[in-house]
Amino acid sequence: MIAYDLVIVGGGPAGLAAAVSAKENGVDSILILERENRLGGILNQCIHNGFGLHTFQEELTGTEYAYRYIQKVKELGIDYKVSAFVTDINVQKQITAAVRGEGLLEVQANAIILAMGCRERSRGALNIAGTRPAGIFSAGTAQYFVNVLGIMPGKEVVILGSGDIGLIMARRMTLEGAHVKCVAEILPKSGGLQRNIVQCLEDYDIPLRLSHTVIEIHGEKRLTGVTLAAVDEKLKSIPGTEEYIPCDTLLLSVGLIPENELTRQLPVTMLPETKGPKVDAGMQTDLPGVFACGNVVRVYDLVDNVSAAAVVAGRSAAEYLRE
Amino acid sequence: MEKRRELICIKCPKGCRIAVAMDGDEVVGVEGNSCPRGEEYVRKEITSPTRMVTSTVRLIGSDMNVMPVRLSGEITKGKIFDVMKEIRKCQVKAPVRMGEVLITDVCGLGVDVVAAAEALDVLG
Ligand SMILES: Cc1cc2nc3c(=O)[nH]c(=O)nc-3n(C[C@H](O)[C@H](O)[C@H](O)COP(=O)(O)OP(=O)(O)OC[C@H]3O[C@@H](n4cnc5c(N)ncnc54)[C@H](O)[C@@H]3O)c2cc1C
Ligand code: SF4
Repeated sequence: MIAYDLVIVGGGPAGLAAAVSAKENGVDSILILERENRLGGILNQCIHNGFGLHTFQEELTGTEYAYRYIQKVKELGIDYKVSAFVTDINVQKQITAAVRGEGLLEVQANAIILAMGCRERSRGALNIAGTRPAGIFSAGTAQYFVNVLGIMPGKEVVILGSGDIGLIMARRMTLEGAHVKCVAEILPKSGGLQRNIVQCLEDYDIPLRLSHTVIEIHGEKRLTGVTLAAVDEKLKSIPGTEEYIPCDTLLLSVGLIPENELTRQLPVTMLPETKGPKVDAGMQTDLPGVFACGNVVRVYDLVDNVSAAAVVAGRSAAEYLRE
Repeated sequence: MEKRRELICIKCPKGCRIAVAMDGDEVVGVEGNSCPRGEEYVRKEITSPTRMVTSTVRLIGSDMNVMPVRLSGEITKGKIFDVMKEIRKCQVKAPVRMGEVLITDVCGLGVDVVAAAEALDVLG
């Protein structure tokens, strides 16, 4: 078993900013564990601009924003391990990670910062009638396909849900030559930022169909189309408004939930409202020495706010270790 | 005759609704912006709207499949697809440094396509 004063689980913007802050507040022995093969978290698939206005007073892409923090971590000589999947964590602050090519790594920490981010709601949460052909993706998965793997999931696209990821993918797929037929939103108002409605939909004449939802999926092996219908105030589809839209791809912009499988291994209080751990003003959970920041606590819209909360977590962890 | 138009500022997540009073082609009043960037935006949006373009280009010799790219500055909105055509033709070879120019003066618009990430490890 190796030992570090501070172990940070997750190398996204939250974990990186927390590491930098802890180091700047005097913690010398820090290890970041990241399960992907590089640091940066979800920002590695966010190639669009709009990040960092508050932190850096300029508009960066997600990858550029991540890069600034990764450089800082490297400059400060903070230890990190990628392809290191943390599987277990216990109340003695012992952490087990499966490291690709190396096997199991066991670490004893004096303090821990949880920064595992969030994941998309599973699409089982949506119950749409019809078949289950290929061609149905969550918007975040599609984003990973296009922006990281360089693979286009389809050509004729319908997007269900008008959250920001869905809007950003409508533009992205259009730029790559796909035809986005519409974005359907069951509510009378989009949950996405106004700026994304303007620059991702209106700029490309992509219709936003408010108070509409997909009521049926068609196709055997591959998706061939969806049935769209208007909904009433109770969000029930209105008979007679059905409309068949041929498409080979359906993206579901279904929302995000904090990723807390690991947190649940610890005796910390979880809040049903946020689906994240309860934290105090210093981002400490109710288990002393265990801190949390970023999307693991609650889903943030703005990465600048994630970084700001992570700075607090890093500072508090440094104070805890000093005592 | 004065005419009013309403625009949503896209310069930050706040998305202010900005009312613009026009006299012919001239902007005579701007209202609703929470900061000076908003006024600058609507003036430009009315006369010659511009946009940033971000995308990816094929990357070879790296463990990354694609290299995220951006423009060094905004371009006229009407040229987005011309620029995308060039970006989609482009292929680069690792190593690529952050900010490296990958296409110079794309479509003669006076801006470059630059790398928005780094791929230093070259696969044998
Ligand atoms: C699609 C999308 C678009 C967005 N667009 C914008 C935007 O335009 N502007 C803006 O300001 N913000 C935007 N955001 C928000 C911002 O990107 C996030 O709030 C921010 O990335 C959250 O940072 P994080 O570090 O908490 O989580 P993440 O970035 O998700 O990082 C968590 C990291 O923890 C790792 N991890 C998880 N579990 C384990 C484990 N068991 N072991 C080891 N490692 C683990 C993950 O691999 C990941 O790298 C967007 C978010 C998404 C998802
Ligand atoms: S006017 Fe200023 S505050 Fe309002 S959206 Fe534009 S940039 Fe943001």
